[in-house]
Amino acid sequence: MRVTHWLTVAAFLALLITGLEIVISHPRFYWGEVGNVNTRPAFTLPIPSSRDTVPTGYKYVMPDQNGWSRYLHFEAAWLLVLTALVYGAWGLASGHFRRNIVPVRGERSWGAIWARLAKYLRREPPDKQEEKSYNVLQRATYLVVIFVLFPLIIWTGLAMSPSFTAAFPATAWLVGGRQTARTLHFFLTWALVVFLVVHVTMIAISGFWRRMRAMILGRGSKEEVR
Amino acid sequence: MSLLTRRRLITAGLATAAGATGLGVAAKLSRRYGLVPPDCKGVYGPGETLTYAAERILVGNAMAREFPRSMISEKPFANEIAPPKEAFKKMQARNFVDWRLTVDGMVEHPMTLSLADLKTLPVHSQITEIACEEGWSYIAEWIGTPLSGVLNEAGLKPGVNYIVYSSIEPDTWESIDISEAMHPQTLLTMGMNDGDLPVGFGGPLRMRVPRQLGYKNVKFITRITATDSMKKFGKGLGSVSPEYGYAWYAGI
Repeated sequence: MRVTHWLTVAAFLALLITGLEIVISHPRFYWGEVGNVNTRPAFTLPIPSSRDTVPTGYKYVMPDQNGWSRYLHFEAAWLLVLTALVYGAWGLASGHFRRNIVPVRGERSWGAIWARLAKYLRREPPDKQEEKSYNVLQRATYLVVIFVLFPLIIWTGLAMSPSFTAAFPATAWLVGGRQTARTLHFFLTWALVVFLVVHVTMIAISGFWRRMRAMILGRGSKEEVR
Repeated sequence: MSLLTRRRLITAGLATAAGATGLGVAAKLSRRYGLVPPDCKGVYGPGETLTYAAERILVGNAMAREFPRSMISEKPFANEIAPPKEAFKKMQARNFVDWRLTVDGMVEHPMTLSLADLKTLPVHSQITEIACEEGWSYIAEWIGTPLSGVLNEAGLKPGVNYIVYSSIEPDTWESIDISEAMHPQTLLTMGMNDGDLPVGFGGPLRMRVPRQLGYKNVKFITRITATDSMKKFGKGLGSVSPEYGYAWYAGI
């Protein structure tokens, strides 16, 4: 099942790069159903655009990369969704979610999360218990990433599809319209990027190559968490 | 590390065989039910095929979202068009009375229609959103006559799978599958927001495909061709878009 982790990494990086490429063609964001260069944006990214129809203040027009970016974005999205289905089925069936992701009884409180965060901030070494499985802060984080951020980013992606919303109009109106979905899709991307940065930083701190070996080969010696 | 045991080898072999057979059957079935897009080859082919097949199955004949009149965009954005040619300007000066739409290909009665002819057909209007692949969008009321009516009038021969539509602009043509073409919201558009369709928005005649993105909504339509296969058109990828690297199917 470690393979699902690496497939997700590949899909996420492809989605991130192509997503940013697509954003460059219209670096303006709106709330509501519609938005274009004739409407006031909620905010604008201070970057040049790959379209000369977008007023950016820059004289420079970037090369258009949307063709392959859009092809690859949706292909990678399929890889992500199919991997997520396999991972989700395995996580439920094997008890991985119950054992390692849902916070243990007695720690399902903000107090427990704050206490663990304070420990990180005081830079105390982890408990013996944490060598076997995740602590409450890690569990809460994975819980949010797996069951909130990823589902929401897929949802807001689909809410931008004129075809998908024909069949399931609620995907668009429940989030407040197509342009709101696009803006949220963008924010969710950054939430996942923050997770990625913290995740890789923590791995670097706790021994990058040892962790990489564990995640690639599965030989994590004692601290293996699957 | 896992050891290679006989049991593991047999299991893996059986799984691979089952997988390959499954893929083969899936490919055959998808072809039979028209779930494979014309641009299904290349590195992005698998993703594109999954998207097209999934949306065809999930979306079926569902209607694109329609909006209340109050949501019509006050200042819709007319995307760039190439500067009109002399021939176009001449027709524009005469209020497009010379504009002609040719309907040909696999039809019983090939025909050429003027805008006046099209206006004698049933009028349909819809308040729908047009979204560009770049991300922006606006809502407008689109008025015209359903493409399905014109196709019925011309009489489709059996075996038609795609409708190709071309602009007066050189090298500007798209195609949609027959179910999208017969969809009640697929509109030969001549009016917008209670007036004639302005040239900037594709007037006098634009193909409106509200369940797909802006670039499938080709402006200045002069020709509609019914066909069984896209192999004979351009590079055989379904439309001019894939020749520039853009997906043929633009439902997402």
